[in-house]
Amino acid sequence: MPTATFRIWRGDITGGKFCDYRTDVAEGMVVLDAIHRVQAEQVPDLAVRWNCKAGKCGSCSAEVNGMPRLMCMTRMNQLPIDAPITVEPMRAFPLIKDLVTDVSSNYRAKQRITPFKPRPPDAADGTWRMAQEDVDRIQEFRKCIECFLCQDVCHVLREHRLHEQFIGPRLLVHVAALEMHPLDIESRAEELRTVHGVGYCNITKCCTKVCPESITITDNAIIPLKERVVDECYDPLTKLFRIFRPARAPEAPG
Amino acid sequence: MAEYQTHEHDVLVIGAGGAGLRAAIEASAAGVSVGLICKSLLGKAHTVMAEGGVAAALANVDERDGWQVHFADTMRGGQYVNNWRMAELHAKEAPGGVHELEAWGALFDRTSDGRILQRHFGGHKYPRLAHVGDRTGLEMIRTLQDHAIHRGITVYMEHTILTLLEDGERVVGAFGYDSERGFFHLFHARAVVLTTGGIGRAYKITSNSWEYTGDGQALAYHAGAELVDMEFVQFHPTGMVWPPSVCGILVTEGVRGEGGVLRNKEGRRFMFDDIPELYRQQTADSEEEGWRYTQGDRDARRPPELLTRDHVARCIVREIKAGRGSPHGGVYLDISWIKGKLPSAAERIKKKLPSMYHQFKQLADIDITAEPMEVGPTTHYMMGGVRVDAESQMSTTPGLFAAGECAAGLHGANRLGGNSLSDLLVFGKRAGAYAARFATAHGFGQVRTDQVETAARRALAAFDGDGRPGGAESPYRVQHDLQELMQNRVGIVRREDEMVHARDGIARLRERATRVRVEGNRQYNAGWHTALVLDNLLTVSEAITCAALERRESRGAHFREDHPGKDASAGAFNLVVRKGPDDEMQVRRQPIPEMRPDLKRIVEEMK
Ligand SMILES: Cc1cc2nc3c(=O)[nH]c(=O)nc-3n(C[C@H](O)[C@H](O)[C@H](O)COP(=O)(O)OP(=O)(O)OC[C@H]3O[C@@H](n4cnc5c(N)ncnc54)[C@H](O)[C@@H]3O)c2cc1C
Ligand code: SF4
Ligand code: SF4
Ligand code: FES
Repeated sequence: MPTATFRIWRGDITGGKFCDYRTDVAEGMVVLDAIHRVQAEQVPDLAVRWNCKAGKCGSCSAEVNGMPRLMCMTRMNQLPIDAPITVEPMRAFPLIKDLVTDVSSNYRAKQRITPFKPRPPDAADGTWRMAQEDVDRIQEFRKCIECFLCQDVCHVLREHRLHEQFIGPRLLVHVAALEMHPLDIESRAEELRTVHGVGYCNITKCCTKVCPESITITDNAIIPLKERVVDECYDPLTKLFRIFRPARAPEAPG
Repeated sequence: MAEYQTHEHDVLVIGAGGAGLRAAIEASAAGVSVGLICKSLLGKAHTVMAEGGVAAALANVDERDGWQVHFADTMRGGQYVNNWRMAELHAKEAPGGVHELEAWGALFDRTSDGRILQRHFGGHKYPRLAHVGDRTGLEMIRTLQDHAIHRGITVYMEHTILTLLEDGERVVGAFGYDSERGFFHLFHARAVVLTTGGIGRAYKITSNSWEYTGDGQALAYHAGAELVDMEFVQFHPTGMVWPPSVCGILVTEGVRGEGGVLRNKEGRRFMFDDIPELYRQQTADSEEEGWRYTQGDRDARRPPELLTRDHVARCIVREIKAGRGSPHGGVYLDISWIKGKLPSAAERIKKKLPSMYHQFKQLADIDITAEPMEVGPTTHYMMGGVRVDAESQMSTTPGLFAAGECAAGLHGANRLGGNSLSDLLVFGKRAGAYAARFATAHGFGQVRTDQVETAARRALAAFDGDGRPGGAESPYRVQHDLQELMQNRVGIVRREDEMVHARDGIARLRERATRVRVEGNRQYNAGWHTALVLDNLLTVSEAITCAALERRESRGAHFREDHPGKDASAGAFNLVVRKGPDDEMQVRRQPIPEMRPDLKRIVEEMK
């Protein structure tokens, strides 16, 4: 059986370093399997997150040979094993230990976004009617598994560490899903600009390139949102119109 | 003295899958303070992996459907040892649960007139599963999660509960640790809801993640609550078998619902060879009829691939044992054959089963639109669990509620696909409501410090031995050996001598578990976490084995080679497991109450 060297980041907030571990590589293996093997045989306290092992939960995000990847979907046969394979935590987030980072800022950011609010039901039995095309339009955004790999590569978060000022691509996808939801009646244009920092995004498209769900984050989510912000917040006519629109739900969301 | 942080909530929900989130939302809507705990990050629980759909008799696709039919299907699937009151409530309340999700933003696939579309699934008479492609679970958990975070619920991510705290008979809180730092936490609560999911990790081949170690079942058992139906473990017929690293990962039943067929290496549709009496009238006579059924022909009957999971799993095992399996020890599941029937088959498969397409392409280099998959049974779902009252979901221990996979009753001897996601909605909601009611009517009980001290000491024993003899057992090793034991001896096909062997094996593993030692410190230490769940795994494994030994017949998911027939007298009781006065495990036969006449009539009419 061939073997490979894994150069795994080990450490916590106080510091850390790469350590090398050799392990067997079996047919069909993914990087997460190798990490588990190292854990079971050599480093029992190695910290790593995972759940589904099938690319569905978005837990096992890390940087493999410098690329942000889901470890459970990264096949060993896609990597050259003659050189050490580096596995390190997502660098955009504060480290907890080894491959585990503190991603709680993403959860806090979501809490600041105005939640879904549907129009009144279409039918007497309290249900709605929607066309499949309308549903399909935002399916792309709802596929997001919250792996936060897009957040990891976004320079606003990674280099400038503006986690509290900019919600990042993942949460912009979330806002897009809400804004384009066939039933939703809220408008989030104002908060996108003032609270969520959509202006920080300069459309580099790095996020789109790494999304394991192939969501066209920049073109389909962020750019339309930016346009909406321009239309609603800066277009004087729309603005005027907004003033005369009846006040929305008084019980402002938490 | 152990150091810990104390938190106080009226209702404490342990587990943040669909059931836990639904319970927390309902409890907080009742105006009480709610704490919600999960071992992983929010939104990563098992529910996220559910693929096929959520069963509810909306009658959008076939107006002949209704709660009565759903009720009768659930009872038939469970081989009539279900808690019939739960089956009734479930069938009646599931449509409301699905509509509620829609009101909170969930988007399901639509019918041509704009209502929620429903698909066929095994054991359901009419197309009944609301779905979004094959990622229904993600849609459901994300909707609940996004709704819950705006309700003032306090969420404790990556916290694990080790023990429930009792005050006399009653449960008054829970004690556990956080992964990040390994600190202890005491949660003081007026009512506690267990929504911890399944037990798949007791077996070697499973669709379940590391989290599913039977925690809720074991916590309840040690707190004096009763467990029921523990012999009924569902082995899903179609898990991936190759490559080895993905062995056990689920292949949704939706593949068969969309027209996928099972073949052995001779190319034979072997499911036609053995159709159980109970389902004969509802099963297609020919491949032709089966195909028409999957394409929505209302006069056609379902193909035998869509018989209940227990039966399909056993047929697959039969084929493999008879040497008619595929190269890697499975059978073939083929959806690509529909190319011959539909011009745009490849597109349709990718549209209807996108994550399956993706999963096989990326993990096994197989294009399911062009070639068959290799599949075999995988440990999937626990029908058994905490014994609860049908209306309130309260266990036999006051103040302790349970819902979702870790509770029992609804599914009897076998769960129908799609009935779990609906279970979470219906009984999660009920558990939350009744727990809130209990919390309003009762004060905070007294936490016994000796219980906390013992729990803390036991938790740290893996580091320091706690005075026990040394020895260097690895927690991973012990867990692995238990999984192997359960897989080989208490699996799909069971026999008395093998299970006796397993019971002795579990006792030996229990002894080994006391000698487990872990390295490193308390910070995010996977080895330590593994050591801490061993007791739960051993407890549920023992309960499964004891109950399986006691049920001397074959029924649903429980198949005894030495008692291959169904025994009508055994259909009159459930097996209840509880902790005896000397900490020994007791199993007792609990007669099933007589079904209400109106429900009986429904069952008869639909037979
Ligand atoms: C691959 C797959 C596909 C499936 N497809 C379908 C389907 O199509 N239709 C269907 O109806 N069902 C399906 N199921 C079954 C269904 O998904 C599960 O039964 C259901 O999601 C269980 O939900 P739950 O809320 O009970 O628990 P889970 O979603 O399993 O959540 C359990 C929660 O409890 C927490 N927890 C556990 N122990 C502790 C502890 N000690 N301390 C603190 N927290 C704890 C976990 O962290 C987690 O948050 C599928 C299952 C799998 C694995
Ligand atoms: S496109 Fe915008 S959100 Fe995406 S990585 Fe670039 S700056 Fe960040
Ligand atoms: S948008 Fe894509 S990369 Fe970003 S969190 Fe979602 S799935 Fe991950
Ligand atoms: S473990 Fe779920 S995405 Fe990798």
